[in-house]
Amino acid sequence: MKRAFLNAQLPDGRGGLLIDGDIILAVGKDVTAGNVAGAEVQDCAGLMILPGVIDMRVFTGEPGSEYRETLASASEAAAAGGVTTMITMPNTAPVIDDAAMVDFILRRARDTAKVRVAPMAAITLGARGEAMAELALMKEAGAVAVTDGVRSVGNAALLRRAMVYAHDHDILVVQHVEEPTLSGGVMNVGERASRLGLTGSYALAEVMLLERDIRLVEMTGCRYHAAQISCAESVEVMRRAKDRGLAVSCGVSINHLSLNESDVGAYRTFFKLSPSLRTEEDRLALVAGVAEGVIDVIVSGHDPQSEDTKRLPFAEAAFGAVGLETLLPVSLARYHNRDISLPDLVKALCEAPARLLGLAQGRLVKGAPADFVVLDPHLNWKVEPANLHSRSKNSPYEHTTLEGRATQTWVAGKQIYSYAH
Amino acid sequence: MSSPAHRPPLIKAQHLLAVSDLSVSEITGLLDLAATYAEVNRNADKRHAILSGSTQVNLFFENSTRTQSSFEIAGKRLGCDVMNMAVSTSSISKGETVLDTAITINAMQPDFLVVRHQSSGTVELLSQKVSCAVINAGDGQHEHPTQALLDALTICRHLKSLEGLTVAICGDVYHSRVARSNIALLSKMGVRVRVVGPTTLMPSGIAKFGVEHFTTMKDGLAGADVVMMLRLQVERMSGSFVPSAREYYHFYGLTEDKLKYAKPGALVMHPGPMNRGVEIDSAVADGAQSVIREQVEMGVAMRMAVLDALSRNMRSQA
Repeated sequence: MKRAFLNAQLPDGRGGLLIDGDIILAVGKDVTAGNVAGAEVQDCAGLMILPGVIDMRVFTGEPGSEYRETLASASEAAAAGGVTTMITMPNTAPVIDDAAMVDFILRRARDTAKVRVAPMAAITLGARGEAMAELALMKEAGAVAVTDGVRSVGNAALLRRAMVYAHDHDILVVQHVEEPTLSGGVMNVGERASRLGLTGSYALAEVMLLERDIRLVEMTGCRYHAAQISCAESVEVMRRAKDRGLAVSCGVSINHLSLNESDVGAYRTFFKLSPSLRTEEDRLALVAGVAEGVIDVIVSGHDPQSEDTKRLPFAEAAFGAVGLETLLPVSLARYHNRDISLPDLVKALCEAPARLLGLAQGRLVKGAPADFVVLDPHLNWKVEPANLHSRSKNSPYEHTTLEGRATQTWVAGKQIYSYAH
Repeated sequence: MSSPAHRPPLIKAQHLLAVSDLSVSEITGLLDLAATYAEVNRNADKRHAILSGSTQVNLFFENSTRTQSSFEIAGKRLGCDVMNMAVSTSSISKGETVLDTAITINAMQPDFLVVRHQSSGTVELLSQKVSCAVINAGDGQHEHPTQALLDALTICRHLKSLEGLTVAICGDVYHSRVARSNIALLSKMGVRVRVVGPTTLMPSGIAKFGVEHFTTMKDGLAGADVVMMLRLQVERMSGSFVPSAREYYHFYGLTEDKLKYAKPGALVMHPGPMNRGVEIDSAVADGAQSVIREQVEMGVAMRMAVLDALSRNMRSQA
């Protein structure tokens, strides 16, 4: 059946969206009340319609830690956040490191999740960084890229060979960029960490590994994506690599675009992230990096942690924050204060992930899947842990009022979420 | 066959170290001579004692079944006294260097020293220190010239001439001396050589070998006259060079389906020993297009030809 959404603000101007079943039929200023005969019409004046967000970095607890998050509960949070595709990380128990496990995730998602799920699989067996996993068989099973997720592949010989192998099969290699032998800190190194008596994590560990990996990319020709960068110097490294024409891309978490090391305050563990929140100068450079297109993707880095892993002394607490539900609203703040334009935001949240992972969704164009989100860009709402859909409540934005949120989320032409005021 | 006294020189070199040392006419000469030995070897009386009184020492630092026994039988059929040095029980295991071992053996006046060693270049090194004829039976990842010669002989028996053929060499080219010798020999003889396999199993600079590299069997085998499979060692398919045996088999194992990409009736070859279910399916290995057992048979004939040819360059023959 046909549905029309009229008078909305689209990424590139005012207009309407016409869908037929699970496919977009038309989009733009020509979609008006006059030419959508037979369609069920919704007036979206004052609202915004964007492609559904493709969140390229989502951790769940399924399989292995379902008490923290299942694919189903994560998908509830995603739907409420306007995320229509979750790219899941392989760091589960067991690790997603063979074709059968990829198949398991896809089947569980099909049977239990509201949004689309596309898994990344591990580069190495058990994500232990010792032996290459069955990259090509996992790709055949449906893995959209390979990564060791929270871990870096530190062994250069192994990564080089994996990159050569991945290149043969046109597989995207995604790396957590942190030199393992120079890591170990719990917050950004510097005065603050020292005053708090916490061990510092070096931004240099990220820059070093990124620079090394880029050399390997140059050698192997492999497609490479740095999952998250966190500092100004990494932006410059990426800029130089792209200027040299290498097939490299990178992401940044929305947290690193919104927060800095001072937010850690008095040992607030919900701000303990990997990579660490850096300085305000770093944050500004990252925001500029997105606006300039040096940084391709914004992710939530959604990482559900429970009381047992977060209500601990800072040094002992787990890294990570939930973010599926706040990714789009917090990103909108960067649009509201004119840091990043709407088209650039849509590029980073939807189009770039789709392009890198070879997905058909992520764009409002004729023939694309009808995955989209209707937003009220100025709706004020407060992030309250009790109202978050994720099973885990470790949000750095708890008790914060945000401006704008998804009011309807649509996947494949079906409405899967509606915001109740 | 001419009598021993009237055997004209066939090759120039004193040793057989690498295919790259041989000219086209020398290769052709060896193929022709080996073809006659192949006939002799099918007789009930296989003796052709032209090397009676000569001594051949097989010095194998790496384990080998088929190559060592092939050289032993070849030598014996030509009348040589053949001795197999068991390296594991020799002075090498007491700390003697490779060169000292070779010099010691050389002092016993052998005529042929057949050497296999795990390090590339060792056989050539030995050849500089001894006065007998040295035959390379495989050195590291460098060359295995008699394998390439026997492969060429096998192909010629089925497809008449090498010129203009397309041969696809599939699998672990990186670690393979067989592949290097075959690439050198076949290219020299006017064959279009392809290598097929994951890039992790290709030596760097492979394009400069004058071969075409394909990463899929479909493209690499298309229209090939000969499909030559290489052995993939177990330790290389557990996450180091390729993820696993099953992934390797899925993409690169020669099955009946993948063989259909090649020319109808294309020859299937394998230097052995085979990993059934890894690089080759049993149905193909034992199938109508397989000449794998014939390769073993031709091995003896070709090694007889090599011993014969080298003997013609010895001082006593001059």
